[in-house]
Amino acid sequence: MSDALIMSGRALRMSRRNVDALITALALPVMLLLIFVYFFGGAIDTGTNQQYVTYVVPGVLLLCAGFGSSNTAIAVVEDLKTGIIDRFRSLDIGGAPILAGHVAASAARNLVATALVFALAFAIGFRPAATLAGWPAALGVLLAFILALSWLSAAVGLLAKSPEAAGGFTFFVSFLPYPSTAFVPTDSMPSWLRGFAEHQPITQVIESLRGLLLGRPVGWTPWIALAWCAGILGASVAASAWLFRRRTG
Amino acid sequence: MTIREQREQAELRDQRAPREQAAAAIETAGLCKSYGSHEVLRGLDLTVPRGTVYALLGPNGAGKTTAVRILATLATADAGTARVAGFDVRTERARVRRSISLTGQFAAVDEMQTGAENLRMMARLAPSATGGRPSRAEARAKAAGLLARFGLTDAADRLVKTYSGGMRRRLDLATSLVGSPEIIFLDEPTTGLDPRSRQELWAVVRELRAEGTTVFLTTQYLEEADQLADRIAVLDAGSLVAEGTAAELKQRVSDHRLDITLADSAAYLRLSPRATYSDPASLTLGIPTDGSAAEVRALLDELDPARTAITAFTLHSATLDDVFLTLTGRPPAPDPAARTPPAIAPTTEPAPATPKDPSHV
Repeated sequence: MSDALIMSGRALRMSRRNVDALITALALPVMLLLIFVYFFGGAIDTGTNQQYVTYVVPGVLLLCAGFGSSNTAIAVVEDLKTGIIDRFRSLDIGGAPILAGHVAASAARNLVATALVFALAFAIGFRPAATLAGWPAALGVLLAFILALSWLSAAVGLLAKSPEAAGGFTFFVSFLPYPSTAFVPTDSMPSWLRGFAEHQPITQVIESLRGLLLGRPVGWTPWIALAWCAGILGASVAASAWLFRRRTG
Repeated sequence: MTIREQREQAELRDQRAPREQAAAAIETAGLCKSYGSHEVLRGLDLTVPRGTVYALLGPNGAGKTTAVRILATLATADAGTARVAGFDVRTERARVRRSISLTGQFAAVDEMQTGAENLRMMARLAPSATGGRPSRAEARAKAAGLLARFGLTDAADRLVKTYSGGMRRRLDLATSLVGSPEIIFLDEPTTGLDPRSRQELWAVVRELRAEGTTVFLTTQYLEEADQLADRIAVLDAGSLVAEGTAAELKQRVSDHRLDITLADSAAYLRLSPRATYSDPASLTLGIPTDGSAAEVRALLDELDPARTAITAFTLHSATLDDVFLTLTGRPPAPDPAARTPPAIAPTTEPAPATPKDPSHV
């Protein structure tokens, strides 16, 4: 455990200094929120009489979390490339603490980006109506999503041969929120896409966030979202343990 | 025997084990490793005495890095056994790791951390002598000491990405010393370094040896092995072609080469059986020698008594290629007995007839 803490400290220091990535990670949420609210928002009918900004905030939160988490893959590839992982291993540090360090740093980065999205959203008219329990529940679901996706991304990093290849994963993950309820209701999608969009894990996470933040009844959705995250996290931890042995054996 | 007694006995055995088998720091027998159909190591046998500097000399692709990775428990051999610091690399991985450190071919330090941060981090991860993790303060003190020792105190708070190649390599070596390992593996420590940085690194290796640390290094440079190592093993395509002290090795392979340019092809053909290097286009032959004036003079007289055949000559340090031509490129295969001076057969070994001046070694 203490190894994981030292590794987290390392990953945090390094992300703080990676100014390019930091600017991207923080500018992206701002730009996306402004684009969706002011460029597209006026033309999108969400089928409710609430403002589009209120509809879209959970989607933007998720898009940013996905993008931010997938950067974990790049950090892992870099570590493999420099040989520092061999040095850690020769100090008898296993793969789990090293990856956990990157995942923890990713969570910290993404929580900062999340705070930024909330602040900006408030400034442009986002008015959540979450209950007292709704806030921590919403943040919990978002954090679960971030952890699951970060660890999945770490596994992808162990699979990738170069940072460029790992970057491809970022692109893939950034695309996933579009076929969901993140930005538009699914009613207008062709039926085959709607089937996917309504059942994919990102929709479950978004609907949980939306419901919890707006104080609507959410039923089982948050539990389904958490189950998805737990499943992805578990599979990623197992896959990354196997990949780590294979890659470094 | 009760469980407790068994455990006590096992603990006693574990405590004694490293000292009882302490004769050798590293001992391997028949190590083999293949990647796919490519055989990288074919039965490597090594014995490295404690407290010595041991050089594994070989060209790119000879299997040096693979050997180091197996000994450092980062890779598993397909066959054969290896004990490092008295522990089996396969079954006692954790104990081996606690006794060693590895510095690879590329500086394994974080560019986006400062030198001091890199060292403090590694110091906190490295197990202390008691097996526990050192405290923050201990790690800080250790890092400060190492920075001073490697001349990096002034650069301690700069990001490593601003360091020169030599500084990076020094930091890399410093980080490998945080756990005060008994055995240090250096995989091509000076490849890509400028001459001054190389000298500094050599000084560190000598210092480590003086402190009683065993250093196992790989290199492509004959000179480096000669300068640093107590014993040298020459690795070619996954197996050893020679092993011994630098002096013993140099009696088999000369450390200088006299390149002579001949007046005509008749002289070229007459002398070519003695050469370890030949270039027919320029009628140049390379003849091994120790490089001393006396021997070069004698060699020129012997090769060209009439003083008409040789038009020009140059003398230079033998390269790894020369060593390999001597050791592997000349049939019949060198007789293992040829490692001792009297057994050198001039017909198969182009080594000079006179033993070397030890001061030259």
